[in-house]
Amino acid sequence: MLPTAFEIHDMTVAYNRRPVLWDIDLEIPEGKLVGIVGPNGAGKTTLIKAALGLVPLASGKVEIYGKNYRQQRHLVGYVPQRESVDWDFPVTVRDVVLMGTYGQLGWFRRPGKAQRAIADRCLQQVGITPLANRQIRQLSGGQQQRVFLARALAQDAQLYFLDEPFSGVDAATESAIFELLHQLRSTGKTVLVVHHDLQTVRDYFDYVILLNMRLVACGPVETSFTNENLQMTYGGRLTILDEAAEAMRQREPER
Amino acid sequence: MLWTALVTMISDMTALTLLAEVSGGASDSWFWIVLTGAATNIACALVGCFLVLRRMSMMGDALSHAVLPGLVVAFLFSGSLNIVPLFLGAVVVGLLTTFLMQTLHQYARVPSDASMGVVFTSMFALGVVLIKKFVSGHFDLACVYEGSLELVVLAETVVGLPRPLFTTLVVLVVNLLVLILLWKELKITSFDPALATTMGISATGMHYLLMALVAVTSVASFEAVGSILVVAMLIVPAATAHLLSDRLAVMVPISAAVGVLASVLGYVAARHWDTRIAGMMTVAAGVLFALTVFFSPRYGICSTVVSNLRMSLRVLREDLLAMLYRVEELDRAKRLTPAEAREAIGGGWLSRWSVAALRREGRVIMDGPQLQLTDIGRESARRMVRSHRLWETYLVEHLGMPLDHVHEPAHRVEHFIDEQMAQELKANVDSSKQDPHGRAIPE
Repeated sequence: MLPTAFEIHDMTVAYNRRPVLWDIDLEIPEGKLVGIVGPNGAGKTTLIKAALGLVPLASGKVEIYGKNYRQQRHLVGYVPQRESVDWDFPVTVRDVVLMGTYGQLGWFRRPGKAQRAIADRCLQQVGITPLANRQIRQLSGGQQQRVFLARALAQDAQLYFLDEPFSGVDAATESAIFELLHQLRSTGKTVLVVHHDLQTVRDYFDYVILLNMRLVACGPVETSFTNENLQMTYGGRLTILDEAAEAMRQREPER
Repeated sequence: MLWTALVTMISDMTALTLLAEVSGGASDSWFWIVLTGAATNIACALVGCFLVLRRMSMMGDALSHAVLPGLVVAFLFSGSLNIVPLFLGAVVVGLLTTFLMQTLHQYARVPSDASMGVVFTSMFALGVVLIKKFVSGHFDLACVYEGSLELVVLAETVVGLPRPLFTTLVVLVVNLLVLILLWKELKITSFDPALATTMGISATGMHYLLMALVAVTSVASFEAVGSILVVAMLIVPAATAHLLSDRLAVMVPISAAVGVLASVLGYVAARHWDTRIAGMMTVAAGVLFALTVFFSPRYGICSTVVSNLRMSLRVLREDLLAMLYRVEELDRAKRLTPAEAREAIGGGWLSRWSVAALRREGRVIMDGPQLQLTDIGRESARRMVRSHRLWETYLVEHLGMPLDHVHEPAHRVEHFIDEQMAQELKANVDSSKQDPHGRAIPE
């Protein structure tokens, strides 16, 4: 029996009292490549942010290897959406990758030779060593995504959360990223990926989380990624959830 | 990395000391004035860089006004203009202001710029009311705006330095220390606050720290240079440096250097035109910024114009070559005169220049009154025509575009297809011998 890498108990997340994720309950065993799939507004990014402690939970809890996130940050790597940062920021590719080591360094300590070696190795792993000294604006979308990936590798985590790493990348980058995810899995890491392309789910992942404000299914692709489950995920919102959420926002019982 | 910043600053200061000695001390008030201005500007630039990068430039303006009630209350409690209670008052009110702005935005759904505008003006107004009500004579509001840099030498001295300079230097050292100690924390929370927070480096915490620094810096600078220069110096040197550098560790020292330069130039200009020094320092910073906008090597308007011009000249020359090639292809004997060629690519001085350039490069020679491709010229033309026809074929075969729609796109793209892409195209099209118009694709 594999140890559980990531677990959510009865989690509800709300923005301004309006729930966007309802009573999520799931468990991910170690060493899986997990696709998080669902329509726009299903709460995929929110699920990741809640797991990372970036948005408060209305109820429930999240555990990473059996403990609270705060105690386990060093085990977690994160790749936010590419649009979430300012690519005009005056940093080079190597600077950004080096940021992956900041968590391990702790306050006040500066990255040294060891950290630079890690960064260089990660740059090589994603195949962008020649771009190391470029300012990040000069990169293509695919290259920027590789920079983020290299930074996550530099975090040297056990559990990775990737928010749409395949969005706006070229075919070569997509297969390179996929290759890398496989490597990570083969070294016992667990990787959760927000994914949009239903076509490739079967090829890319061995576990899937189907999400639409609530959890539709979570399990191995063979048993969970079924037409029936997909229909439940994409077959329109459950209007009753929307109505209840709206009522909670307005703090009035539904009549 | 930050040592570069330190070294720049120290050498700036030594240069000033040297200047003071050279001038013989006949009237060394200018030395203290420039030094005070420079110290203020550096202190502002250091925190200003992070304001600019976090897209919060106007926070400098807001905070420097909002701290007023804090100053008044501190003054009332301590009964003096002692700097320590003033700093405390500024920090407390600065943080309160930041908190109010965020809370209004987050919970009352006020747009963030509106909440900034509401909070800082209210705080400032509160400060003005407090002054009118409780303070008599000690507080000079005009002085808050314009400062009194001219009077620096007349101020009482602390450890041998005029008090305004001493205060500013203390703040400068504090800012520098925070930057050195928390360099990577400031950097990552500015670039990617979400990732920083997941790593345990609280982006909110760093935000408040930075706001406290801005509040202290602006208070320290009030007395000497006034709030207008403070607001300018928080933003202008940093924005200038941002245009000139691709790395944070370079941007920060450049912004400090711009601050120093502005204080020197501002002083000289103020003496020359006999106006207020702080005002002229602000103008000098503005001029330096404007010069950078125009002449920055990478992102300046001039270099953009030049590179655009260079690009269109290249395109024109290549069009000209390709045209000569096509004429040759149609009719082995036919040649164009320079005038005909110029006419065909649109005329004007650009076309005149293009013909001349091609002749200079030896790609075209005059054969009697007519233009004749040389071997090198024919070779580059052949590559151009090949790219053009491969692209047309690709568009028709793979994108199903109608024949009469493919010339224009191919004409635009042909200049950007290198050998590798041409090979790829060739491998991707079936009829790699002929283009859709039935003309041969050159090997």
